[in-house]
Amino acid sequence: MMPSISAAAVLAQLLEVALALAGAPLLLGWVDQCRARLQNRRPPPLLQPYRVLRKLFQKESVVAESASPLFRGAPYVKFGCMTLACAIIPTLSTDLPLATAADAIALVGLFALARTFLALAAMDIGTAFGTLGARRDMLVGFLAEPALLMTLFCASLITHSTSLANMVQTLSQRPFALEPSLAFAGIAFTMVSLAENTRIPVDNPATHLELTMIHEALVLEYSARHLAMLEWAAALKLFAYSCMGLALFFPWGIAAGGTPQDMFTAMPALVFKLAVGGMTLALIETLSAKMRIFRVPEYLATAFLLAVIGLLVHQLLGS
Amino acid sequence: MIHIDGILAIVGIWLVLALAALLALRATRLVAHWIFPAGAALGAAMAGIALDAAFAPPEVAQLVLGLPGLPMHLRLDALSSFFLVVIGAGGCGISLFSAGYFRSQEGTPPGLLGFEYHLFLAAMAMVVLADDAYAFMVSWESMALSSFFLVTANHRVASVRQAGYLYLLIAHIGAIALLLCFGVLQADTGDYRFANLRAQHLDPLWSSIAFGLALFGFGAKAGLVPLHVWLPEAHPAAPSPVSALMSAVMLKTAIYGLLRVCLDLLHGGLWWWGVVLLVLGLASALLGVVFSTVQTEMKRLLAYSSIENIGLITAGIGLAVTFHAYGMTSLAALALSAALVHVLAHAFYKSLLFLGTGAVLHATGERNLGKLGGLIRSMPWVAWLVLVGALAGAGLPPLAGFVSEWLLLQSFLFTTALPNPFLDMLVPLVAAAVALVTALAGYAMVKFFGIVFLGQPREDKLLQAKDATGFERLGLAWFALGTLAMGLMPVRLIDLVDPLTRELVGGGLAAAVHANGWILLAPSGVERASYSPVVFLAGVSAGIVLGLLIARRLYHGARRRALPWACGMGPQAVALQGRLQDTAEGFGQPIRQIFEPFFHTTRTLPAPGDARPYYRVVIEDRIWLGAYLPVARLVDRVARTVARLQQGRISLYLLYSFVTLMVMLLLVRR
Repeated sequence: MMPSISAAAVLAQLLEVALALAGAPLLLGWVDQCRARLQNRRPPPLLQPYRVLRKLFQKESVVAESASPLFRGAPYVKFGCMTLACAIIPTLSTDLPLATAADAIALVGLFALARTFLALAAMDIGTAFGTLGARRDMLVGFLAEPALLMTLFCASLITHSTSLANMVQTLSQRPFALEPSLAFAGIAFTMVSLAENTRIPVDNPATHLELTMIHEALVLEYSARHLAMLEWAAALKLFAYSCMGLALFFPWGIAAGGTPQDMFTAMPALVFKLAVGGMTLALIETLSAKMRIFRVPEYLATAFLLAVIGLLVHQLLGS
Repeated sequence: MIHIDGILAIVGIWLVLALAALLALRATRLVAHWIFPAGAALGAAMAGIALDAAFAPPEVAQLVLGLPGLPMHLRLDALSSFFLVVIGAGGCGISLFSAGYFRSQEGTPPGLLGFEYHLFLAAMAMVVLADDAYAFMVSWESMALSSFFLVTANHRVASVRQAGYLYLLIAHIGAIALLLCFGVLQADTGDYRFANLRAQHLDPLWSSIAFGLALFGFGAKAGLVPLHVWLPEAHPAAPSPVSALMSAVMLKTAIYGLLRVCLDLLHGGLWWWGVVLLVLGLASALLGVVFSTVQTEMKRLLAYSSIENIGLITAGIGLAVTFHAYGMTSLAALALSAALVHVLAHAFYKSLLFLGTGAVLHATGERNLGKLGGLIRSMPWVAWLVLVGALAGAGLPPLAGFVSEWLLLQSFLFTTALPNPFLDMLVPLVAAAVALVTALAGYAMVKFFGIVFLGQPREDKLLQAKDATGFERLGLAWFALGTLAMGLMPVRLIDLVDPLTRELVGGGLAAAVHANGWILLAPSGVERASYSPVVFLAGVSAGIVLGLLIARRLYHGARRRALPWACGMGPQAVALQGRLQDTAEGFGQPIRQIFEPFFHTTRTLPAPGDARPYYRVVIEDRIWLGAYLPVARLVDRVARTVARLQQGRISLYLLYSFVTLMVMLLLVRR
């Protein structure tokens, strides 16, 4: 039998998805604004990502002549994957009906599914840039994915669960204690999130330089609504990663009960945490330089090793 | 009694079909349109019977064939039933595909191929049915020989003969180890029935020797490191349905043998056996996947990927053996279920991928990745069906490959304190290695699918490629649907392997899983971990539909088709697009750089003023260069020394005979 589903839980679930869909571009705008301020530039308006989306939805869509349905479908697949990811990561409440459908391992699989589809779509046109982007993205992915899995496992070993909702609930309810393994995992997670969300020092979302670009090369052939879906999905991915990091390493303030009152207290906590998280991201991006593409494997291997060390530390110190 | 008789009847009819194919040697139409589809129907029937038999008590039978006073003992228990399902289901789809694949004027006549093919199927079924060492070895050798002839179907090509020779050599060295293994197992009783072998409780030394021999013998067949070298040679040499059958089904009979000897005849054994299996399995998995990402030939890529998958299965078995030795029944059941689910999943998606390469090979005559590309437009059926296999091979949810990966990672994660602290430290490292291997498998699969089916055609002739024929599509669809269904209904898979894990390690997951209904897979309680592929798929689909609705609602612009952007260089550059995209070498280059110590690389660089620069990289397996070639050279040298005796003069040979006679007489006189 499926665990019984309460109306409040369904409400929480819907609210979470709606919040993610509506709020993800806002987070992106906030990060951009913080970054511009830190770099002494005049910041773009907070709502700039929404304007970009509106602009893209109104443009004419140009599709390459040789494009197969895979190319046109991939943006929607990525969007669908990211929506589901936002739905299963507990942001407001840990009582989510969809949370049982996919645990931490399946979540990593979900990100991999999106990545694979996009890489295949980029190869579909057969331009030099498309395959280049696909190759580089898969390069980032094959190291980032296991590293992400290992950081999640660090938390799983402490909570004896891979179910995200349970992990967050256990972490938030246990007495405060410094877990060395979680510290390692936290650093590794930050490194992986930067790489997965195509941020400096791994990739720069604001450049189209063929020597360095990864994600932009991947989506170079897309335009108009397809590009809008991809941009939106990228914002959702950043949102999902931020929420996941905040929920695992700063789990306070998430409603365990799932009653509407709990959710109302959870909302400001989430907004506050995301605002601080966005500022930190902007700070990291400003302080670090973009690295050469050949250094990326080293960087990600470091993240992977840190996460594995976290696991070993946990085993050494005993649970 | 009913099940085993049914299975034997099917094996019998397969043999009849084999003979019929031999009689209809060159009647391509008869062989293709009647004999192969009949074989496919029998395969489906076998899978059906075996599915039912998996839940029935063991059945025994005797065949009067064999030596006088030594009948063949057969037994159908949960373990053999499970592998018969693999053989039947795999054989069914591959036979369907073969019906459309084998054509005349391609080397060996189709009738002969049909003969060897059905013999191969029957031999594999007999391997898993055998209940005494004699019957086992006879079936095992029939399997090796029939597959050898299938591999060398295209025997006019020298490299094919070489590949076949290597395969036969390693298969036979492995078979010798198996013979010795059974010799140790019978412990001087002279009775080779498995029931007797099971009753002998050997001391740790002898049982470890038996385990080592079994590991060597079955490892040679399965392609475990360092005995894997024949796989990437033999798979590309064989016709594609045969590669599929070997990779998807035959390698699994070696897994069957390993399980039978290690967990059944030797009752699980010592804890460090599991560690040996785990380390060997992971080494194979890592080596296989790293090599598969740098291959430039599509079937070699898949062959290396098979080494990887066999490695993962072996690692799962190793984990189960260790847990079993420590009496941790539920964890052993979890790890063993992961391995067995992967056996079934790999059988399906790897068949699909190999058959896909067959269709591509027929349509284009090309197996080099550097000369393919863009086939999704001329061969949509093959491309879309193979995509399912590629996604499953990449271990992505909600397909079959992910279920086993998920279960395997769960068994690492929920390892409670093992009695050995060294092992406790090993577990996270091993989990990390498994995660890395699956991620790299995704890289290899994207490379395979992307280079073959996507992009611009790298050769002009690819535009005229014809899609698969009706039977071929049927075969591909069978595996694609199977992969999808297995991925969506993991609880049914757990049901299937439950009797088997109960038999081998004394525990199963079915009861725990059934507590949550068929939709949710939660082997150790929902609060610990759960995965529901149906809801997962529904969630992603809902997201996609939402995206489509939003795009439809907000979108105002028109759609236009245009040439792809070629750095602003206009139509003449677009014509070059096929050459501008990544080659197979290019796509694998990052991996080649990162995992450089794995390969033995020889580079030839052009001279600075070269008018026609030529850049060449040869990648070789260090194990082949370091372990096999020295042995081969040694054998060669010994043979040459012995050859000095052969001078070709009859007087000299008479002298040898005379001297030998003298020595013998002297010995006898003593």
